[in-house]
Amino acid sequence: MSTTVAEKKEKISVPFDYNKYLRPNKLPHIWCPGCGHGIVLKAMLRAIDKAGLDKNNIALVSGIGCSSRTPGYVDFNTLHTLHGRALPFATGIKLAKPEMNVMVVTGDGDALAIGGNHFIHACRRNIDITVLVFTNATYGMTGGQYSPTTPLDSIATTSRYGNIEPPFDTCEMAKASGATFVARGTAYHTIELEKTIHEAIMHKGTSVVDIIDACPTYYGRANKFKSATQMMEEIEKDGTVNVKQAANLPPEKLAGKMLRGVLYKVERPEYCEKYDILIKEKASAKK
Amino acid sequence: MAEKKKKLLQGNEACVEGAIYAGCRFYGGYPITPSTEIAEGMSVRLPKLGGKFIQMEDEIGGIAAALGGSLAGLKSMTATSGPGFSLKQECIGYACLAEIPLVIVDVMRGGPSTGYPTGPSQSDIMQAKWGTHGDHPAIALTPSTVPEILSETIRAFNLAEQFRTPVMVLYDEILGHMREPVTIPNPGDFLVEDRARPDCKPEEYHPYDDRFLIAPLAPFGSGYRFHVTGLNHKQDGFPTNDSKMIRENNERIMRKVHINRESIWQNEEVMLDDAEVVIFTIGSTARSARFAVNELRKSGVKAGLLRPLTIWPFPDKAVGEISSRVKAIIVPEMNLGQMTLEVERCARGRCAVEGLFRVDGEPITPSQIFHEVRKYL
Repeated sequence: MSTTVAEKKEKISVPFDYNKYLRPNKLPHIWCPGCGHGIVLKAMLRAIDKAGLDKNNIALVSGIGCSSRTPGYVDFNTLHTLHGRALPFATGIKLAKPEMNVMVVTGDGDALAIGGNHFIHACRRNIDITVLVFTNATYGMTGGQYSPTTPLDSIATTSRYGNIEPPFDTCEMAKASGATFVARGTAYHTIELEKTIHEAIMHKGTSVVDIIDACPTYYGRANKFKSATQMMEEIEKDGTVNVKQAANLPPEKLAGKMLRGVLYKVERPEYCEKYDILIKEKASAKK
Repeated sequence: MAEKKKKLLQGNEACVEGAIYAGCRFYGGYPITPSTEIAEGMSVRLPKLGGKFIQMEDEIGGIAAALGGSLAGLKSMTATSGPGFSLKQECIGYACLAEIPLVIVDVMRGGPSTGYPTGPSQSDIMQAKWGTHGDHPAIALTPSTVPEILSETIRAFNLAEQFRTPVMVLYDEILGHMREPVTIPNPGDFLVEDRARPDCKPEEYHPYDDRFLIAPLAPFGSGYRFHVTGLNHKQDGFPTNDSKMIRENNERIMRKVHINRESIWQNEEVMLDDAEVVIFTIGSTARSARFAVNELRKSGVKAGLLRPLTIWPFPDKAVGEISSRVKAIIVPEMNLGQMTLEVERCARGRCAVEGLFRVDGEPITPSQIFHEVRKYL
């Protein structure tokens, strides 16, 4: 606990120059007051800085939705694609130019509903793409419909009588599909999130970070949350527990809580590297 | 000078040869009859050339990956057939608006729906033009022989790169699986065009620079950092709600193809000079039509053939001209009347226009065309 506090102080004492990575003339952003997307964006930029990535070499790809507007605000090679299709576009870029750092920012509806098939297959290939899923359990851009991560019984504009569909566990699905780095963070735990994204960037292979991030405007109002901070405290702070702390907690203290931190990490051959071996060894041998 | 190599190739194999010759180095696709041989061929050829092949999880993934490859700077393509062509339509619209060069080959089979996967059709002609939502430019080429599949595939890449737009190659299943002798071209035999690249400073670069009708396109990762979106955008690539800019951009992407249509149009004209009845058709049906024209001439009928190799933009001028000096234009097509409507539009009542349709998965025969023409004498 004490080290976390010390680190926080150290970070605060050194102001981070976000403008180094932002396109300031594209601000203000479209996100509502209380939305966590800006916090996630900042954590992502700090992680990118810590990883020492070259702006010219980063491709940031998104689909459609609130979180998918992120690429417009950052000074990289940025691609805002179609609903659900960020991963196949990103796969094309990565395969064509494996030397680039390819990252995807996507929402839970974008990644897991309309883009669900691409998500599981990108994980299966273990292509070196860092996927940040902004999970706010709602379709914010269309006004608050239920999504694949909306909890049971929740109210949305398309589940006025309560949601009867069980939510996906994004991390379990990523792991089962073959992703070699699976983690969860929240917009509440900003320092931890930055570290997790940094570790995801440094990992070679498909890295998925599920980021719990509240939508006070739609999910919050429909489900009687009083404020954005109340949502962050209930869903992100009290609704999650760090995987390391969880190891020492009794099962009753973990009931109904999502685990945070790096949940799964293995080393397996990466897709583009395997492709290059294929070129060098097999195809060139057969004339 | 290297010796000319002649090979007996299937239409889909000729398509692979054309793509490789044109410099295609990225293929993203999904298996579908009757186009699969293109994917199979590219999966063998591309790795040897340092190119990239990927079989994606679905048709949409195939074209989306190819668009990613194109943005990263590689000449890219995908190939499909009817149902897959339907699935790719949203990405085709994205490529039109974001102005990303791409070649899409559609080997036409019977539809609608799963239809007749192993049978030929020409029923995607309207889909090639109107399949994706919104107004957008369309360029589609229609080869009629196996060697022409090779050369038209090269032309498709050239047009895609020149015009920064998706270009379609449409041919029916008969041509896709037919074998004919093909001369493999040597370097220099065909023109190969590359997209224009910027020479300005990165900070001055705009991916839709309004000083150009078609702005140069920098590859991702080249130091030119820019934004691409499927939203209506300004010249710097960022979204806009400005109605003037939205109008100008929508009109410009149409205009860049429209004002250059004379250079995109390509027709073959067979005995049109004194023709009284003209057959207008494409693909394998044009082969039957050519045979019918010869037979009609032998029987003293002044028949001719107008065969477009560019079906979109539609050959308005050629059809308009011929309509003012013939009795009738007969339009045989393996669908229920898609080109016929366009021919009627261009003929403006100056001559009779009659369709000859077939949707049973069998080719339109020379004798069908022969008898149809004789009705107009």
